[in-house]
Amino acid sequence: MAEEVIIPAWKRWFEEIGDQVGFFFKFFRNIFTGGFEWSEFVRQCYEIGYRSMMLVGITSFIMGVVLILQLRPTLITFGAASMLPKTLSVSFVREIGPVIIGIICAGKMASSIGAELGSMNVTEQLDAMEVSGANPLQYLVVTRILATTLMVPILSVLGDVIGLFGGFLALNIRDSISFKLYFTKVIASLDFSDFLPALVKTIFFGFAIGFVGCYKGFHSNKGTESVGIAANSAVVTASLWIFVIDAIAVQITSLLFYK
Amino acid sequence: MLSLFRSPVYYFINKMEKEKVKPDTEKKQQPKSREEVVIAIKGLKKSFGKKDVLKDINLEVKKGENVVILGRSGTGKSVTIQCIVGLLKPDGGSLKVFGDEVADMNDKELKQLRIKIGFLFQSGALYDSMTVRENLEFPLTRILKIKDQNEIDKRVEEALDSVGLLDAIDKLPSDLSGGMRKRAGLARTIVVNPEIMLYDEPTTGLDPITSREISELILNIQKKFKTSSIIITHDMECARLAADRIVIMSDGEYIAEGSFDELHKSKDKIVASYFTDIL
Repeated sequence: MAEEVIIPAWKRWFEEIGDQVGFFFKFFRNIFTGGFEWSEFVRQCYEIGYRSMMLVGITSFIMGVVLILQLRPTLITFGAASMLPKTLSVSFVREIGPVIIGIICAGKMASSIGAELGSMNVTEQLDAMEVSGANPLQYLVVTRILATTLMVPILSVLGDVIGLFGGFLALNIRDSISFKLYFTKVIASLDFSDFLPALVKTIFFGFAIGFVGCYKGFHSNKGTESVGIAANSAVVTASLWIFVIDAIAVQITSLLFYK
Repeated sequence: MLSLFRSPVYYFINKMEKEKVKPDTEKKQQPKSREEVVIAIKGLKKSFGKKDVLKDINLEVKKGENVVILGRSGTGKSVTIQCIVGLLKPDGGSLKVFGDEVADMNDKELKQLRIKIGFLFQSGALYDSMTVRENLEFPLTRILKIKDQNEIDKRVEEALDSVGLLDAIDKLPSDLSGGMRKRAGLARTIVVNPEIMLYDEPTTGLDPITSREISELILNIQKKFKTSSIIITHDMECARLAADRIVIMSDGEYIAEGSFDELHKSKDKIVASYFTDIL
């Protein structure tokens, strides 16, 4: 039996950081070298984006309903029931929508990408692609990362609209407000500085989800157990990244827009 | 030297004649032998951590030759062929394919080399999100950059026909049996007409009849496409059918080499242990 080399945890952490940086540069280089895999990119947009629409839609709708039901008693206490559409729209579009949708996408997309690439690694499909002379990074990684980067913001905008619609329905359970009045109030209360930073933030969320999913799947070990580990670790890391990016984005937005 | 004492004149005439002839034969033989050897491995070493997997591997594979590597699990057989395609980097020694050192190749050169090498993985390694047709089209469109759909269809159908799998052209890998998956994997490697084939345990996990079919397929491919092959196997029937030459590996080194019949007669304990069930 060969002696197992024990690497200290801190050294492994630094090694992984180094690997991730290397992986990022490889991804970046592969966007511009060789032909772009359009058909695979479109397929991934469909698989990752279109197939997540139902989940994002239902969750956003419920969030809109719940937020109105939770906010209403408090605002009524202060005599500010008319502020409900404004409060919901600003909180939903600025923060709650992008973060909740980001977390949902991390759970669905990062795990599926991590598990798919992990199982391709276990079944030697990645090696087969490499030894055939094809570039697995170009075909599998670039397409998936760009697909999540494009689709998460689209899903986030869709989720915002559905969430606000959920809020409208919830508001009409106890009170009565017309569709036109509700959405006039919603749109009037939203500013460019509410919408744009949130959209930009979701682009980074999408990138982080795709990148982490691909990295974890691509670097999984060769056992079947590692497929589960890759998927799990992809979700955890991507979720963590969403909060980190959100914290940074809030700081930057505050500096730029809310001085 | 003895001839010098017996007949000095004869010695000098003989020596002169030898010197006259020698350069000529060398000139004729050298390029021929260089041309014939497609894979040349000398003193190959590879370690993982503290474990020396390959200690001193020396192997030459000639054009059109089928070489079978036998050995127990974990002796470094797969590592050897992974070094040949550049999936693993050797720690020492020399590994030349078509006369070029693999370790010194840049990405572009490695890609060019890999186009000439077909690698059949143990599991077949079919891309499971694609149908059999798409699996075969993948190397044609991505690597050979063929645009003409008629030519692609023709080559895909020819390759599938060679392995007797034309009926499964639109099936997904999950709908195929283990043997069919290996045959589809084989079709995917031969569709680009490789000059070298590397088989990693092509018959493992298959029933004896399918194993025999795969072994015969390996022979047919060698004849049809004039490929040189390295076959890693534990299957003695496969080795008997497909091998022009067998090398036996133990503990990171080659311990015996010869034809199936030569090794069958060997008195060496380790070598004989591979042939115990063979009559």
